[in-house]
Amino acid sequence: MISLRNIIVTFGKGTPLETLALRSIDLDIDRGEFVTVIGSNGAGKSTLLNILSGEALADSGTLLIDNEDLTRRLTHARAGLVARVFQDPLAGTCEQLTIEENLALACGRGRNRGLTKALNTNLRNRFKQQLERLGLGLENRLSDQMGLLSGGQRQAVSLLMATLQPAKILLLDEHTAALDPKTAAFVLELSREIIQEQSLTTLMVTHSMRQALDVGTRTIMMHQGRIVFDVSGQQREGLDVPDLLALFEKRQGESLTDDSLLLST
Amino acid sequence: MNQIAFLGAIESGLVFGLVAFGVFLSFRILQFPDLTVDGSFPLGAAVSATLIVNGNDPWLATLVAAIAGAGAGLITAWLNVRLKILHLLASILTMIALYSINLRIMGRPNVALLGEETLLTPFESGSLPYYITTPLVFSVIVLIILVLLVKFLYSEIGLAMRATGANPRMARAHGINTGRMILLGMAISNALVAIAGALFAQSQGSADVTMGVGVIVIGLASVIGGEAVMSTRTMLLAIIACLVGAILYRLAIATALNLDMLGLKSQDLNLVTAVLVTAAIVFPGMKRSLSGVFTRGDS
Repeated sequence: MISLRNIIVTFGKGTPLETLALRSIDLDIDRGEFVTVIGSNGAGKSTLLNILSGEALADSGTLLIDNEDLTRRLTHARAGLVARVFQDPLAGTCEQLTIEENLALACGRGRNRGLTKALNTNLRNRFKQQLERLGLGLENRLSDQMGLLSGGQRQAVSLLMATLQPAKILLLDEHTAALDPKTAAFVLELSREIIQEQSLTTLMVTHSMRQALDVGTRTIMMHQGRIVFDVSGQQREGLDVPDLLALFEKRQGESLTDDSLLLST
Repeated sequence: MNQIAFLGAIESGLVFGLVAFGVFLSFRILQFPDLTVDGSFPLGAAVSATLIVNGNDPWLATLVAAIAGAGAGLITAWLNVRLKILHLLASILTMIALYSINLRIMGRPNVALLGEETLLTPFESGSLPYYITTPLVFSVIVLIILVLLVKFLYSEIGLAMRATGANPRMARAHGINTGRMILLGMAISNALVAIAGALFAQSQGSADVTMGVGVIVIGLASVIGGEAVMSTRTMLLAIIACLVGAILYRLAIATALNLDMLGLKSQDLNLVTAVLVTAAIVFPGMKRSLSGVFTRGDS
């Protein structure tokens, strides 16, 4: 179980640009839950994700994963517990390395790396199997450089890389936002399949309300550094985008249009 | 060019091949422009020459020189990783400090190794002349180091180091301690350069505090030259290219200095090198050489 208690994050502390990115966030995510996060620009979605990944550290509060305190642990030291797919397809992979080297790198997540060869026949066979499921023909291009692949292909490989080794939580950071609609649908479907197969606990930040309701088991909406609502189970079923907007207005006493949410991200 | 000059160029090409390996690790693998090299090359020479003059085994002296070089690389990396000093500046600080340290180690500006027992002494008693045995011995040493280095770059840690330079954010997300990788990579890089300095001192017969001037540029010229003449698609090819580049560079310099019609003298060496490196960086025809560090922004 992932548990955030009273997490506060301030950017530019002590400067005129000081902003509260997260104002006292409390959130519990059960094992196997698939949480989608929506919110407008500056709502704190990315900061929340960075708190979980270790790229940002909280000013106060605690972050526990299965009762292990990770609040102050750096990204690389918690990578064995937290897997991540970046928004930018170029950020999640190394273009100078080959496809198989990228995958081998991902195999080392959460393990100690030594002086043994990074690649061997066993691993290559495993990678081929994994790549075959993508249906992109990449299983025959193991020694091609990553930079030769398209954005969509790279994002699909990033997703494989993030899920090669077990993790307590998988973070998806608007990972379909930079792709064309068709590729985005493909990557999203692939994510769903893998998440279901491995029953991964997942937190997905998305810019689309539609997507937030279509996938996952729980949806939270953030606004100005706070969680404004949190729906799951029966309450979430049958909800539509206008219902979300209405829910937001009721909780927040402000009106928000679908457009302002969509356009501002 | 006569045979002695030719073999002499091969010999120093082999030595600067080691420098090129080091420069490749820092500039290319870690994307860390490291000028420590100008200090760690004479450091290797100073440490080994001083130990040899004091009656120590030349192999031990060379090993200690490598460790000293690793220490110099660690200091530069530490200034950058822990104290957050800009990489280029961190390396210049170490380089400047090493000038004083090298003088301290030797106790004077230069140490002569004439008549001392060096790595090469055991091979001089044979029937072959020195100008053949020296490049032979050096090529064995350089080939062993080349194999070890390539094996390292294909290992799990080597792969992690390559990811650290190529995409540090992604590397961290996959559990790689990027700070530690920079420390390790810079230590290996400068250890290689210090070994080169130690070998150079032993073949030239002296260590001098000024012998490091421009070594970084020669190393870079070798790396870029190698990339211009051959494919560097795999790590093995890239490392071989460093060696090829270094040897070609020394041959080119030897040829230029031997052509009387050009009117070049040995004091023009650094000028020629600087012009060659500039041309290699600027000429778009010579591949996208040195993309990244010096031409960042348009690649």
